[in-house]
Amino acid sequence: MGLFDYFRPSPRPTTTTAALAKERLQIIVAHERGSSRRGSPEYLPALKKELLEVVRKYVPIDQSQVKVHLDREGGFEVLEFNITLPDEDHRPPASP
Amino acid sequence: MATVIVVTSGKGGVGKTTTSASFATGLALRGYRTVVIDFDVGLRNLDLIMGCERRVVYDFINVINNEANLNQALIRDKRVENLYILPASQTRDKDALTKEGVEKILNELKQTFDYIVCDSPAGIERGALMSLYYADEALVVTNPEVSSVRDSDRILGILASRSQRAEQGDAPVKEHLVLARYAPDRAYRGDMLTIQDVLEILGIPLLGVIPESQAVLQSSNAGVPVILEEGSDAGAAYADLVDRFLGKDLPHRFIEIPKKGFLKRLFGGG
Repeated sequence: MGLFDYFRPSPRPTTTTAALAKERLQIIVAHERGSSRRGSPEYLPALKKELLEVVRKYVPIDQSQVKVHLDREGGFEVLEFNITLPDEDHRPPASP
Repeated sequence: MATVIVVTSGKGGVGKTTTSASFATGLALRGYRTVVIDFDVGLRNLDLIMGCERRVVYDFINVINNEANLNQALIRDKRVENLYILPASQTRDKDALTKEGVEKILNELKQTFDYIVCDSPAGIERGALMSLYYADEALVVTNPEVSSVRDSDRILGILASRSQRAEQGDAPVKEHLVLARYAPDRAYRGDMLTIQDVLEILGIPLLGVIPESQAVLQSSNAGVPVILEEGSDAGAAYADLVDRFLGKDLPHRFIEIPKKGFLKRLFGGG
């Protein structure tokens, strides 16, 4: 307050609590949007389920081995599927 | 064709009911037939803020259950022409709000009103979901504070995925940000998120900034929507907000630090 306050050049040093609040919010909001907001189309769970069924025809995998991720960068949307296949050794013989 | 506007926020205590009351009053003052509906079943408060608590006979749920008709339940505002209040039930369970029931009443109201303002309860449960389901536009009330901003973002997600417009694939609910309880001096000092900070995080257009103001509590004490308190900063900010909603291009006021005298600023105190 007072004299120094008056001459302070920048109103928003990056160490203020407001700057900290903004940073924390940007992180948590981006994280939460990833799972729900605008990001996640309604069809995603169904798509994931069907995909799992298709892959299962050839390789035995379970729900937890499929990861679906939707990203937005600028004007692009990237839909990313990550399917972890079991090790060759642990793979049961394919049924005829 | 009537427009349904939900006033929502996720978090409680940020100014939803204050905003609903003043927004609806402002629309009516400008000549539009307006009804404001309290969706907070079990915890009604809009009637107190509007100053008509002693005139409540029938409520929203009575009308849904065909225990009263709409004309019996609607309370005509005594100060402003064209303004009606539909109070929430204080005694019923919020499960009484059904999609079909709410739709029936909104359709009936659409016959006679230009604007239907839905005052959402806090949270994201039934009452809140019902209040936003049929909305064409949404006023998202946010305070420049972390939990309020985060909850507003959640509500934006729900508007975009669980409203009727989203479910039917129609044009999305039009979103407006109402930043309430803003204190320019605290934002300037770095103790409060700035308008720009909140806009960057939420990414929806700003409809109005309501300054932190003593007038809000004073007018609620008296049961008068703050927009009717002429000369008050919050009242003027709401009046601008209504005009902007109706298409006027007005600059935002009350967002600068109040000017102090040179000496007072130099030597502090304040």
